[in-house]
Amino acid sequence: MIYKGRAHKFGNDVNTDEIIPARYLNTTDPSELAKHCMEDIDARFSKKVSPGDIVVAGRNFGCGSSREHAPIAIKASGVSCVIAESFARIFFRNSVNIGLPILESAEAAKRIRNKDVVKVDISRGEIKNSTRKESYAFEEYPTFMRRIISSGGLMNYTKKRLNT
Amino acid sequence: MAYTITEKILLKHTKEKEIYPGKFINAGIDLCLGNDITAPLAIEEFESLGIDKVFDAKKVALVPDHFTPAKDMKSANQCRRLRDFAKRYDITNYFEVGEMGIEHVLLPERGMILPGDLVVGADSHTCTYGALGAFSTGVGSTDLAAAMAKGEVWLKVPESIKFIFFGRLNKWVSGKDLILHVIGDIGVDGALYKAMEFSGETIKKLPMDDRFTMANMAIEAGAKNGIIEPDFVTLRHMNSLGKKKFGFGDARFTKLKSDGNAKYAKVYEYDARKIEPLVALPHLPSNVKPVKRLKNVTLDQVVIGSCTNGRISDLRIAAKILRGKKVKPGIRLIVIPGTQKIYMQAVEEGLARIFVEAGGIFSTPTCGPCLGGHMGILAEGERAISTTNRNFVGRMGHPKSEVYLASPAVAAASAVKGKIAHPDEA
Repeated sequence: MIYKGRAHKFGNDVNTDEIIPARYLNTTDPSELAKHCMEDIDARFSKKVSPGDIVVAGRNFGCGSSREHAPIAIKASGVSCVIAESFARIFFRNSVNIGLPILESAEAAKRIRNKDVVKVDISRGEIKNSTRKESYAFEEYPTFMRRIISSGGLMNYTKKRLNT
Repeated sequence: MAYTITEKILLKHTKEKEIYPGKFINAGIDLCLGNDITAPLAIEEFESLGIDKVFDAKKVALVPDHFTPAKDMKSANQCRRLRDFAKRYDITNYFEVGEMGIEHVLLPERGMILPGDLVVGADSHTCTYGALGAFSTGVGSTDLAAAMAKGEVWLKVPESIKFIFFGRLNKWVSGKDLILHVIGDIGVDGALYKAMEFSGETIKKLPMDDRFTMANMAIEAGAKNGIIEPDFVTLRHMNSLGKKKFGFGDARFTKLKSDGNAKYAKVYEYDARKIEPLVALPHLPSNVKPVKRLKNVTLDQVVIGSCTNGRISDLRIAAKILRGKKVKPGIRLIVIPGTQKIYMQAVEEGLARIFVEAGGIFSTPTCGPCLGGHMGILAEGERAISTTNRNFVGRMGHPKSEVYLASPAVAAASAVKGKIAHPDEA
């Protein structure tokens, strides 16, 4: 898989209340959630983001609540992939479970600037920064998780396990 | 092989012969739960599987507690989806308004979690039950859907970090101060993906309600779970619930301990005598300072309640401070018991009267203001002190409002003084 878009840069400890404030959690509609994605940290995010864009952040991205509405809002806003130095664990597993590609790369998180054009090639294990002519490596998923991802998410993986 | 308590519980719930940190496992669960925010998504996912039953109707709990009693039409619809689902799949552990309480106060109160159990919940504060010596962790809605279908969850075995407390607690210092001290020390990702094991002589003497508060906030340091070895305090607590009676020799309370030579990623030691009442300043739970160092932090609202501090001993200590006093004019005091049982206890013990006579309100159980849901939303520029667990930007309302986190004692004293205050000042 290849993802390409402009980077939207955020800092450390971006929490799920910032990604999707609880006042919007009275719906599960992805397009409704996308309208308010990142609202409390960047009120204009939903207007600025274009399909394919990439969110780049520092440490502990997605900390706080377990709301799966957070990765759903990001995915539904058109973001193709999230790169961070590290992810909070529930956000990480939610993203794997629903099929939002997320990559851990301290180097990319540090080097990529806001609005840089970034291309991610999952199969080659490479993040390319076209603006800065740099490339960075990212952590490969453990085999176990790749099994969930290649099944097309946790529900498909569960379907297979229910049949065994 | 030497194991920590967390590893022992995980091992017991898998088919693996041995486990080690970093290993991925599919683990069987004893209970899974969701609420009115997370369960609707889980139900959608579950129904996409096209199966006609949950793995075990007794091991699924649905608690509409966040936006209830339904704050608006959309929330009412979400609650209805839980209600309909519970009916269709014979889930008896669905708790309607009237029975409902804050999930992490309610389910342990009903004796639904035992030491050694493995629990997953679509709510980050599911880690609360570690106070009973269970492995419990927050997951997402899709995880909950899979758990309801197959009765299992995928997990990476976490490394453990040990936190040893010694020395007597100072006056007014509670489990809330101990956990804020830890988070202030290690940071909001200080225990990322790891198990936090609380131990030492101070913890051995710590009452159950304070233990719940500590395990509850493990997630605020990024942890997978918080856990305390079950002991006599746990046994007495379980027997006080009026459900199952456990004997002194019960293995759940005597055998469920970390091995002496178990491996830890890190060990921290804290002298409890040096810990005083603390406050976490906006906008991270790790931004911790002693109350005494805060001067003239004026307030608009005080919230006492939540899955962190909405238990009877929390209300008792707040009432002790508020008895015969008045909330400073202009301050809104909102007290929210965790469950109907705690509500009734507070009425019978005269605590509710103290809160109301002091000029506060005493609400039906709800998560409400903690996550900026309802029952006390902050306006632009307003400031609150709260016994809840998160003080992120916009957590209790407007993105330009502020939340300070503290114990019930500090919150009650602050309500009287109209600014953040040490309990000795009230």
